[in-house]
Amino acid sequence: MSPTFVGMPPFPKAAARAVDNAQLRHNLHKATHTIRDKRAAVVSEQPDWAALRAAGAGLKTRVLRHLDDYLEQLERAVERAGGHVHWAADGAEANRIVLDLVRATGETEVVKVKSMATQEIGLNEALAEQGITAYETDLAELIVQLGDDRPSHILVPAIHRNRAEIREIFQRAMASWGRPAPDGLTDEPRALAEAARLHLRERFLSAKVGISGANFAVAETGTLVVLESEGNGRMCLTLPETLISVVGIEKLVPTWQDLEVFMQLLPRSSTGERMNPYTSMWTGAAEGQDFHLVLLDNGRTNVLADEVGRQALRCIRCSACLNACPVYERAGGHAYGSVYPGPIGAILTPQLRGFSSELDESLPYASTLCGACYDVCPVAINIPEVLLHLRAEVAASGAHKGEKLAMGAARRVLSSPGLLAAGQRTAGRFRKLTPRRLPGPLAAWTDTRDIPAPPTQSFRDWWASREEK
Amino acid sequence: MRVALFVTCVNDTLFPGTGRATVRLLERLGCRVEFPEAQTCCGQMHFNTGYRDDALPLARRVGEVFAGYDAVVMPSGSCAAMVREWYPTLGVEPPSGVYELAEFLVDVLKVEDVGAYFPHTVTYHPTCHSLRSLRLGERPYKLLSAVRGLTLKPLGGSDECCGFGGTFSLKNPAVSAAMGTDKVRNVLDTGAEVLCAADNSCLMHIGGTMRRERAGVRVMHLAQILASTEENPA
Amino acid sequence: MGSRETILARVRSALADVPSAETPDDVPVPRDYQRSRSGLDLVELLVDRLVDYRAVVHLDPSVADLARARGRLMVPTGVPSEWLAGVEVVRDEPPLSATELDALDGVLTGCAVAIAETGTIVLDGGEDQGRRALTLVPDYHLCVVRRDQIVRTVPEALERLDPSRPLTWISGPSATSDIELDRVEGVHGPRTLEVAIL
Repeated sequence: MSPTFVGMPPFPKAAARAVDNAQLRHNLHKATHTIRDKRAAVVSEQPDWAALRAAGAGLKTRVLRHLDDYLEQLERAVERAGGHVHWAADGAEANRIVLDLVRATGETEVVKVKSMATQEIGLNEALAEQGITAYETDLAELIVQLGDDRPSHILVPAIHRNRAEIREIFQRAMASWGRPAPDGLTDEPRALAEAARLHLRERFLSAKVGISGANFAVAETGTLVVLESEGNGRMCLTLPETLISVVGIEKLVPTWQDLEVFMQLLPRSSTGERMNPYTSMWTGAAEGQDFHLVLLDNGRTNVLADEVGRQALRCIRCSACLNACPVYERAGGHAYGSVYPGPIGAILTPQLRGFSSELDESLPYASTLCGACYDVCPVAINIPEVLLHLRAEVAASGAHKGEKLAMGAARRVLSSPGLLAAGQRTAGRFRKLTPRRLPGPLAAWTDTRDIPAPPTQSFRDWWASREEK
Repeated sequence: MRVALFVTCVNDTLFPGTGRATVRLLERLGCRVEFPEAQTCCGQMHFNTGYRDDALPLARRVGEVFAGYDAVVMPSGSCAAMVREWYPTLGVEPPSGVYELAEFLVDVLKVEDVGAYFPHTVTYHPTCHSLRSLRLGERPYKLLSAVRGLTLKPLGGSDECCGFGGTFSLKNPAVSAAMGTDKVRNVLDTGAEVLCAADNSCLMHIGGTMRRERAGVRVMHLAQILASTEENPA
Repeated sequence: MGSRETILARVRSALADVPSAETPDDVPVPRDYQRSRSGLDLVELLVDRLVDYRAVVHLDPSVADLARARGRLMVPTGVPSEWLAGVEVVRDEPPLSATELDALDGVLTGCAVAIAETGTIVLDGGEDQGRRALTLVPDYHLCVVRRDQIVRTVPEALERLDPSRPLTWISGPSATSDIELDRVEGVHGPRTLEVAIL
């Protein structure tokens, strides 16, 4: 698996390839619309949704503005409850910490609960290099791992695969990772889920080390929270003797009581359920487990330093913005070149990585600014605002020289009613010569769309002639 | 009531019929319409593409040109949203009383039946900024429903973006076109003769796609349908 | 401890714009959401929501009858003996291995709280529930909810729960929506969840 996304083309290029893939477009359309409708139904059922959203945004803002205090509070609470706390400034350090902890157990295999943070830092690959095999246990992650694929969605990493493709992946790859797929496996979702159950059962029952992330970490009590559906999370969190949780420093919530807000916002926004099937909450060394919390920075403090951009750290990874986004629906997750795709990825990735490539520079433009993401965000992240903020950064960096010149020229014409009127008259005079194909970057328009011929008379000339009468 | 028309640069240059219809409609409803000729552009294209330094003088010009009116009416949802929602982030105070056309009719003039006649089947695309920034909601539908002779067909997936997005349509042409095609399919599914919206830039994208596909559906700005009468049909 | 200090220093420098006199409580958190609500009868609502997520629900059944029909069940020590008449009981003493738990026919427990609006049962490892593995590995879970354990909303549930205990929130049998966003019940956790309301 290669989740590192190094050397990916800019968004428009990758997105164009995805648009041409009819199967992918069909899969994405079906999946995003299904979940969009489910979310809308359970959100409309909650009479105080707007108030919960405002509280969620406020709580996360409170945490972020006082993050140093809350991190120290969390550390004390976890240690008081018998857990160990480690701090990782970047991905490499987090991987090293986890590797050392696994080595100390003498084990060479670990089971994993789906975790965005460990994907972000490439933990599986780092462990593999040192001879330790990490088994993904979430069904979608399993599909991605077995398919030697990359995740394309925060909640449903294999959203780009349909049932027939999943069956094919299981039949081809399960045997090389463990128990093979059952004979006569059909593409019924029920049969595929059963195949995953059988494939992973032994692995769970014998696992000695579990690795997870967390949805929330309560600063006041040191409680960690993992929401899931299948029970693979519970297996990885409770059966192993050693549990290592890699958690981004933005995952904190202030108090135990505050979970009442997020336990309502997240399931309804995420899977479109009133409540997800399973949630595990534990504090420190639960039931005698050896528990390690690895707190991860890896660029988050860069995001925090940006007064407009920091709101992206409120994100609770529900993926509602992906499901609502018309661009994500056509482009798919891989085009975003990061484990964080969709609208939230378009604002988070370039901030975490700091515009490190042409791809990163293209991400703030991967949006029509339609605002559907902001509408559904359960913590009210104004994604269009941050996109515009980041576009200004890209433009100011001089990355798009030709565009900058064109924009300057347009501004000069538009700053003068006289110049504008002259331009309008010229275009009107030569309206019969309006080309079917425009030159340069404007050709992108006429590839698929006609352009309107300029009118013989602009509005302002019509108004002037009317005033004369 | 002294009403200034901010026609917007796109309408001024490419769709003067929308401006003329807006004037006709507002005058019919008893407004004294003025067109401050120093007006040009709200700066949305520059701002949305990241060129705030270029947007700023344009925004300041709007602030100056439109100061002192009872109302500033804009036949463009996205330009109205630019002025009201985003000027403050540029440090520019928006002129007071800026309204998108449907807002002005329903909220200020308190009319839903503007006395229009348009004997055609019409479907309405609410456009993103009208829908989610200005929250126009039911206003345009109420206005259209009151038009005599008009049959309004519901548009499937109406809250989904058409894929225009300003310079998005040039920077991400493949996705933009794919969204446009899907929007066109929904429009055709209604069987309507006319696709109506309150933003000509979106209509330029959807209409341009339909013309290329020879879809045979006309696009019209809301102002043109509301201005249409038996004596003077659109 | 190098990275600890590094990260905390980065955080403080990133927050240079936050006035030094500001406290967390100065950051406004509007609490206008509802902590409780009125509406449908609690039991009726809980049943509706449990059934919606494919749990099997019984109102005032004989727990022993339900349990007997299932064979050898893990039963934590705190489960009242009147639920156990004729039941083939297995105790977690000494603690069973995961493989041994996997060989059982099921598990019978009480619960700490049930949330009607979301169809959720919360276990807190109390005497009638046992450690977390007991309700996870066996394929069948019979959970008894007393009426006085039912609350309506999530906030009401959190008030009753103790964060120092390991908690498991269960809303229906295990499920996945990973294949075409189609919900399928029954993956790694118990594939059958039966709830008896007393």
